[in-house]
Amino acid sequence: MTGTSALPVLELTGIDKEFAANPVLRGVQLRLYPGEIHALMGQNGAGKSTLIKVLTGVLESSGGQMLLMGQSIRPDSPLAAQKLGISTVYQEVNLCPNLSVAENVFAGRYPRYGWTQGYRIDWSTVHRRARELLARIGLDIDVTQLLATFPVAVQQLVAIARALGVESKVLILDEPTSSLDEDEVQKLFEVLRRLRGEGLAIVFVSHFLNQVYAISDRITVLRNGEWVGEWMADALPPQALISAMLGREFAVQNTHAGQQRDSASDVVLLQTQGLGQAGRLQPVDLKLHAGEVLGLAGLLGAGRTELARLLFGLETSDKGSLQIDGQTVQLSNPADAVQFGIALCPEERKTDGIVAELSVRENIALALQARLGVRKFLSIAEQTTLAEHFVKTLGIKTASIETPIGLLSGGNQQKAVIARWLATDPRLLILDEPTRGIDVAAKQEIMEEILRLARAGMAVLFISSEMSEVVRVSDRIAVLRDRRKVGELPGGSTEDQVYRLIAADHV
Amino acid sequence: MFKTFSRHPRAWPLLTLLLLLIVNVVFNPGFLHIEWRDGHLYGSLIDILNRAAPLVLVSLGMTLVIATRGIDISVGAVVAISAALAAWMIGGALVVQDGVAVHASRFPMPLAILAALGVAVVCGLWNGVLVARIGMQPIIATLILMVAGRGIAQLITGGQIITIYYAPFFFLGSGYLAGLPFSLFIVALVYGVLHLAMTRTALGLFIQAVGINPVAARGVGIQARKLTVWVYAFCGFCAGVAGLLISSNVKSADGNNAGQLLELDAILAVTLGGTALTGGRFSLFGSVIGALIIQTLTYAIYSLGVPPEINLVVKAVVVFAVMLLQSAEFRATLSVWMHRPAHAGGRA
Repeated sequence: MTGTSALPVLELTGIDKEFAANPVLRGVQLRLYPGEIHALMGQNGAGKSTLIKVLTGVLESSGGQMLLMGQSIRPDSPLAAQKLGISTVYQEVNLCPNLSVAENVFAGRYPRYGWTQGYRIDWSTVHRRARELLARIGLDIDVTQLLATFPVAVQQLVAIARALGVESKVLILDEPTSSLDEDEVQKLFEVLRRLRGEGLAIVFVSHFLNQVYAISDRITVLRNGEWVGEWMADALPPQALISAMLGREFAVQNTHAGQQRDSASDVVLLQTQGLGQAGRLQPVDLKLHAGEVLGLAGLLGAGRTELARLLFGLETSDKGSLQIDGQTVQLSNPADAVQFGIALCPEERKTDGIVAELSVRENIALALQARLGVRKFLSIAEQTTLAEHFVKTLGIKTASIETPIGLLSGGNQQKAVIARWLATDPRLLILDEPTRGIDVAAKQEIMEEILRLARAGMAVLFISSEMSEVVRVSDRIAVLRDRRKVGELPGGSTEDQVYRLIAADHV
Repeated sequence: MFKTFSRHPRAWPLLTLLLLLIVNVVFNPGFLHIEWRDGHLYGSLIDILNRAAPLVLVSLGMTLVIATRGIDISVGAVVAISAALAAWMIGGALVVQDGVAVHASRFPMPLAILAALGVAVVCGLWNGVLVARIGMQPIIATLILMVAGRGIAQLITGGQIITIYYAPFFFLGSGYLAGLPFSLFIVALVYGVLHLAMTRTALGLFIQAVGINPVAARGVGIQARKLTVWVYAFCGFCAGVAGLLISSNVKSADGNNAGQLLELDAILAVTLGGTALTGGRFSLFGSVIGALIIQTLTYAIYSLGVPPEINLVVKAVVVFAVMLLQSAEFRATLSVWMHRPAHAGGRA
């Protein structure tokens, strides 16, 4: 299939893994050749992270074979994997900002000296070798400085230096660019190319398609825990890559596409002009009308959540302006946004949405109470009426409205969080991944509720990673890529049209 | 029946208090005796209530702070500041007016009381701002005032123990109204107002939401930071009132020792009362019981004649035992432990 004559440095075949009898990897294979950058692609839940964990000894596979330079290996810990020459840099920089660069590079494995293996750390060796390791990736900095004094990009490189041992053969980078800006990404790529030149095999995981194409030699695609295929990067156009990730042909027409609904009015409820935040979102122009569902499409990390947080006052914009009803407003916290009738169901339901130990009743009453203020207290009777109303209309399954919300299933928690906002009678409801992690039936109910609300005149900003949902409910679709808006599509567009816009640079 | 009772969150604190009272009665049969003397009620129980008043007040403020996931270890120092300021402003001297010796204060007493309470609230606001606006960890933020506050109190008193010579002020901490110590009325008033604020306004709900999940609380539009600042301010206010009661009761102010270790007793009272240090659900009533437990224990130690040099050790041991008994996990372990030999069977 490929023109590489060398043998693979690492070859995985037939890898299986299950969690509590749920298979997450089924017969997955991966071949890494020396001196190549290999992109591992797949949607959320495709099994990329699990495969990496198996590779690095965090998890043990339940079947299959791993050959390193032709030798069968079975690393049972990250340390064992590292000793074998398999190094990993995780998504979040796993370093200590309050230690020096050199300390970070050698933390836990300081060269020591003195009596019986030494209690004393050989600092001069630590500093010298840290400088050598950093020089290998082209970084010339004062290794005695605190790590926190350097930008994230440098910290990322320090993490790579830490991961790289002398005998490293494989380097795994899980989403290394998610917190870097464009220049920093280029700097990182230079380092990766240099390491590739030294014969290292590099696994690169990223949601940014253009970066994958900029750096990768070869691409392996996983889907639903299964191996889909392996291609040379220049032989796999972006559309084909997305098709491989999604598991269906790109050209299939979507018959469910929504038609323009009558409810969408011409009244502009909210408008942004060049609204942005440094490092998080490039300036975005957006218009939202009363009674319409605006879908926000884009891959993970495209800036969807960032935009939602700006519109809700969870973050403060430093560029552009936001107008509500034609008036320019500045939202400095969610309480401001709530006063304008904006509501947000956050992406992370458990950590940012529910107040787990409070009852369903209290959770549903919370947003309305916050809007009313401290003094206009909803009596227990009023709260009960409110909660019972929504438990009935949204079909929230709970033993009682006094049950702590943390005990409910994910879908019912989500419905309660939506109910919380419906109780405030909002004019704009922002739903960030409202259907994530909930079962099909609840998903369907929530989608129907969204459409019903829009018909009643509420504006809805709908964010979802599931493109089929976005095209189905949206009257209009704004497409984001790499933290900027790249275009808009009318209602009734197909998934393919959206994906084409996402992949536009490469078509 | 016992099972239902033992599951109620306030059951174990009440049981502990009852046990301590029984211990007191066993060793001191006159313990429960209350009589009418000099126009008011007189007895050990009344004494315990009166002495517990400052601790109850501070515990009430502490309860709300802990409910927001915070802690305030500066309350002892705020007590000292409030006491010192009130003592200095009232001061008092014997003045002969028209041939009659009367007490005169340096400033009018209401002004002194307002100033002391005002400064206490400012202390609380300072803590609140450090925690909620600056984002410091509560224990560190309040540690600053815990240390600095003693210095401020010493500065006010000039490093001396100020004695107060102004009889009307003594009414606060040692006067009687309708036969009961006046301090009890103050405690009842603060508790009553607080109870109404928690049940008739949304404050209780908001404080719990902030304590359980600050991110979600902010996300529904609760102004969590503002709320936190005022909770600390209220805690400072409670410490201020406690400072007035203490200085009035001992007729003096000692910048170094007034309210010494009161913060720890207050935290202990809140915990004994069933409010978890992790924040969220809280019980004002539980904290009152917790404070009474501590005061009753102290009383028992003194009345049993435990030598002063080991009374802290005895207190620590009892508190440790009480904490273990109140822990549901420990009780579960204990019951498994006690039943094991029967199940194991092999032991003859």
